[in-house]
Order: sequence, then C-alpha cells, then structure tokens
Amino acid sequence: MKELVLNILKDTRPEFDFNSNLNFIDEGYLDSFDLVTIVSDLESKFDIKINGSMIVPENFNSLDSIVNLVQNSKNAS
Amino acid sequence: MHLKFKNKRISGILSILPSKEVNFIDEITNYNFSEKQSVKLGKIMGYGSRRIVHNGTTVSDLCTFGLNYLFDNNLLNKDSFQALILCTQSPDHFIPATSNIIAGNLMLNEDIICLDINQGCAGFEVGLMQAFMMLDTGAINRVVLLNADILSTKVSVKDRNSRPLIGDGASITIIENSIVDETIDLFIKMDGSGALSLQIPAGGFKMPSSAETASLKEDAAGNVRSLDHLVMKGDQVFNFVQTKVPELFNEMLVKLNISKSFFDYFFFHQPNRFMLEKLADKLEISYEKMPNNICEKYGNGSNNTVPLAICDNLGGKVKNENFEVCLGGFGVGLTWSLVKCKLGNLNFCEIINYK
Repeated sequence: MKELVLNILKDTRPEFDFNSNLNFIDEGYLDSFDLVTIVSDLESKFDIKINGSMIVPENFNSLDSIVNLVQNSKNAS
Repeated sequence: MHLKFKNKRISGILSILPSKEVNFIDEITNYNFSEKQSVKLGKIMGYGSRRIVHNGTTVSDLCTFGLNYLFDNNLLNKDSFQALILCTQSPDHFIPATSNIIAGNLMLNEDIICLDINQGCAGFEVGLMQAFMMLDTGAINRVVLLNADILSTKVSVKDRNSRPLIGDGASITIIENSIVDETIDLFIKMDGSGALSLQIPAGGFKMPSSAETASLKEDAAGNVRSLDHLVMKGDQVFNFVQTKVPELFNEMLVKLNISKSFFDYFFFHQPNRFMLEKLADKLEISYEKMPNNICEKYGNGSNNTVPLAICDNLGGKVKNENFEVCLGGFGVGLTWSLVKCKLGNLNFCEIINYK
C-alpha cells in the first residue's frame, strides 16, 4: 500500500521527494488543493470513501499518516 | 440559534446572470501548474464555465436590470413592497449603501427601507432572516431581497485555486406575509474567530489599497495574487464546512423531530463540486436531492448560489408544485445557516441574462 500511496504523491507533486521525513504540509510540499486530487486518487485506487472531516492537514503530513488514513477508511467502509 | 417565523412565504425568485461566459480550459495557461494537473483538479472541483461581468458593470446594474424586468413584465408592482435588502460583498461604493442607489435608479417611493448586509456564502439565509424579521413588525407586508456579487473582479487571473470557481450574478427573491399557517425554521451560527479564513486583505480602512498592496506575489503552492485579491485558507474552510454544518444539520433534525427523508431537496451553497459531494456523503444525502451543478455551469456566485440553484433546478416546476426544502449556507464570517421551509406556487422562478 505504501508504494501505491507514494506513487500518487509523486504524480501530484513530481518535484518533491516524498521519501523524506519532512512534514509535507509544513514544508509546503502539499497545499489544500493538492489534498483534493490526492483524496480523489486514493478513493479511486483503493475503492474507499474518505470522510470529509478526515481531510485535514495532520492526516497528510507524512507517508505513514496517509497510509493510516487509507487503512482507517478501508476499515470504516 | 433557532428562529421560528410564522405565516411567511417566498413568492418569486429571479436570477440575473451576466452574458459573458468564460471557460476554465481557455484560461488554463494563466496558471503556474502543468496542464495535466490543472485538468485533473478541474474535473474533481467542477471547474467549467463561469458567467462574469464586463468591466464597469456593478451590483446595482444587475439588480436594477432585474427589478425593471419584474416591473415591466407585471411580476412585481413598484409600490407593493416596503423594504429592499441587498446582500453583497461587492458594493458599488463604501458610501452610500448600494440598496439606496438601486432605489434611486428605480425611483421608488420614500416609504421604503433600504438595507445593505455584508454577508457571503450564507447571505441568502441571512437575508431571509432579516426579511422575516421585518415582516414580523406588522408595518411591512412585502420585502425584496437582493443577493448579488461580482467577486470575479477581485480574484487574481493567476490564482488557480480561486479564479476558476468564482462567478458573478444576482438574484431577486420576494418574501411576503401569507395567510397559510406555516412555520419556517431558521438555524444560524457564527464564529468570528475564523473571520479571516476568507478575506480580501486590502482595500478597506484598515489597509487601504496602494501600489504596494497591488503588487503580485507567488505563494508556496504557485498561485499568484496581491493583497487586493480574495484569498482563502482552503484547509480551514473545508474542515469548518465538514464539521460545523453536519452538527447544525443534526441539531435541526433533533429539534424539529424530523428525518432527512422529510425533505424533497437540499439547496445548499455550492462552493465547488468536491466540497459539496463530501458534505452530501457526510450527511448521507443522495446527490439527486442536493443539486451540485451551479459551480460548473455558472461559477460560485457567493450568496447567489442558492436562489440560482432553485431557479436552475426547479424553474417553472415550482410555480405549480410544492416542495419541502432545506436551504443551507456556509462560508465567510464564519457563518453557517439552515432554513427549513416550503417552496411552491411561486409567481415566477426563472433566469434572465443581463443585457
């Protein structure tokens, strides 16, 4: 799953290295409109629905947090 | 806050749209993003066509044009209303109130109360609230509510986050006393601590416009705008909508002891397709019952989206039929509001083009 999420991030912002340990939001790798396309891609790739109230910066600030979000959304559906 | 109003009705709605149409695809090269990225975002957000005013056209022009249309077509008598409320965040001037200018353009008689309200995306609901309160005085039996904005003029041409969304337009809603024993329930909340989440930083008395405020700067994401332009903290606004509106919605259902199936339609403000779909999912409301076509078809016209959605989606049908509707507004302020009312037997419900 991690690799698939990483590919989605790279596709959204190819200029950044998402393997780093930096905070994606604080470092400006992703803005709120990037989150929109990432959510759409995650929903399509993993056949899930992400609850609107879960679309907050803290769920997108690292690869692990995004993977957790996908996992939680899978469990909820 | 829960307000109840008795024996009131909406008797007509007219939307006025500028005839100039622009398409997202035609502007895509303005933005500092790859075409592929922008097209993808556009599909998710519902970036499509927008109606915008030509340079020099004002809110008072749109409203005066619409009211003259109603007078000329015998849909409204010039002397039959006692209040003219204008909800806008793009007034002609700071001084005087634009509603007074409109009254002057139309040569309305002096027994009229003109009132401007500074509200955005919940402006239709706030305007209805003000109209209902005026009717409750007993001295007023009909109110004309104007919802109009031309904010396309305040969005940077290089701001891909806001520019493709914003449309212009106006709506005229007639609200009057009714002999039918109906109750309208209006729920409203405001949170001023989030007031600057959506703003135009410069141009007011706190930071007057200057050459410095007009200077364009690129943000971290690659959008280019100045302090004279509209800017929003997208993540904060999105989170506010996804948490506060469902809370108020559930409060409404509990207080009124009704279920979602009570309503035929949910006419909510349409900021963009993605945000409204996520809200519908959260509220577990089918997309068929919550129209979401205005942003893509005409652009997000701020406080004008709800009346425009009614005209576009119900049109002539609402002249002969009755619908139980939930109206919803949320945005700048921060302000959020829901109105439960019956909508039907309107004298008119249509869209016209400005010139």
